[in-house]
Amino acid sequence: MSEEMMEGEVVKKFMYINRRAPYGSIYALESLEVVLIGAAFDQDVSLAFVDDGVFELKKDQETAGIDMKNFSPTYRALEMYDVEKLYVSKESMDARGLTVDDLIVDVEVKTDAELADLFDDQDVIFSF
Amino acid sequence: MSILHTVNKSPFEKSSLDSCLKYAKGGSAVLLYEDGVYAALKGTNMEDKVKSAAQGIKFYVLGPDLKARGIADDRVIDGIAIVDYAGFVDLSVESDKVSAWV
Amino acid sequence: MEIEVNGKSFETDEEGYLVNLAEWEPGIAEVMAKEDDLELTSEHWEILNFLREYYEEYQIAPAVRVLTKAVGKKLGAEKGNSKYLYSLFPYGPGKQACRFAGLPKPTGCI
Repeated sequence: MSEEMMEGEVVKKFMYINRRAPYGSIYALESLEVVLIGAAFDQDVSLAFVDDGVFELKKDQETAGIDMKNFSPTYRALEMYDVEKLYVSKESMDARGLTVDDLIVDVEVKTDAELADLFDDQDVIFSF
Repeated sequence: MSILHTVNKSPFEKSSLDSCLKYAKGGSAVLLYEDGVYAALKGTNMEDKVKSAAQGIKFYVLGPDLKARGIADDRVIDGIAIVDYAGFVDLSVESDKVSAWV
Repeated sequence: MEIEVNGKSFETDEEGYLVNLAEWEPGIAEVMAKEDDLELTSEHWEILNFLREYYEEYQIAPAVRVLTKAVGKKLGAEKGNSKYLYSLFPYGPGKQACRFAGLPKPTGCI
């Protein structure tokens, strides 16, 4: 890590792209943990939910029946970690019959073309 | 009952359901579980495919996996039966064999 | 590892955090505090209860700076600062208080 970054002078744009459904694989939870850990570094963080990643934000998840931890409430804590830029893909939502009313947090809906521009504008992209 | 086909992958991410439906013959059954349950969701771009397959094949979906993913019963395509783990076991036992499209 | 509380034993991980969060009871915090040479006061309990509510709502043990901010919002600025929180929990309001409250170690705490 550069000295500038340690002193907080250089702020980079970090984009986390979330593409997986929440419980069938470990990707969604791992991404969330990386975001929370990375939040300590005071960077400019954005999260995009595309493809099956939009299912991560589905309201009303109840996991007692599958004996796994329901981590969806943690997305509502992101704001307190100063992670406030959450985007979802309009095309991904439409393909899955979801609307913003289905989601557990406030998000900004973007077309895939708009997201492509947004990704272009980042310094670092992590994909899960 | 002939074959019970099980699908546990999201139809939006993997081709497991497509493969399954290519080989599932009329009179057999398909059970959707884990991420496979997303195929049972109404209003998706997979709905027509599932509905047309459901004319010759009986579809089941695992309730606890729907609940975990926040999908209420009324969001499930009409005609797909919701079963619990015991129902999953019953289906397996009633079938001649199980084909798992993992 | 395990911890003995009121004749019952509870499993803890290698760092002393309760393994099964659902098993938590106030006596566990008392015993853990005693091991750290701390006597729990109502001020301690205010923070421990806050942490348990926070976990219940967000399913996460907050990082120290998030905890500090959240305590400030709920209990006032005179409590929402690290000086106050460290005076109560000298080994760190994140690590030590979360352990007493039966929460996992805060994400991002090394």
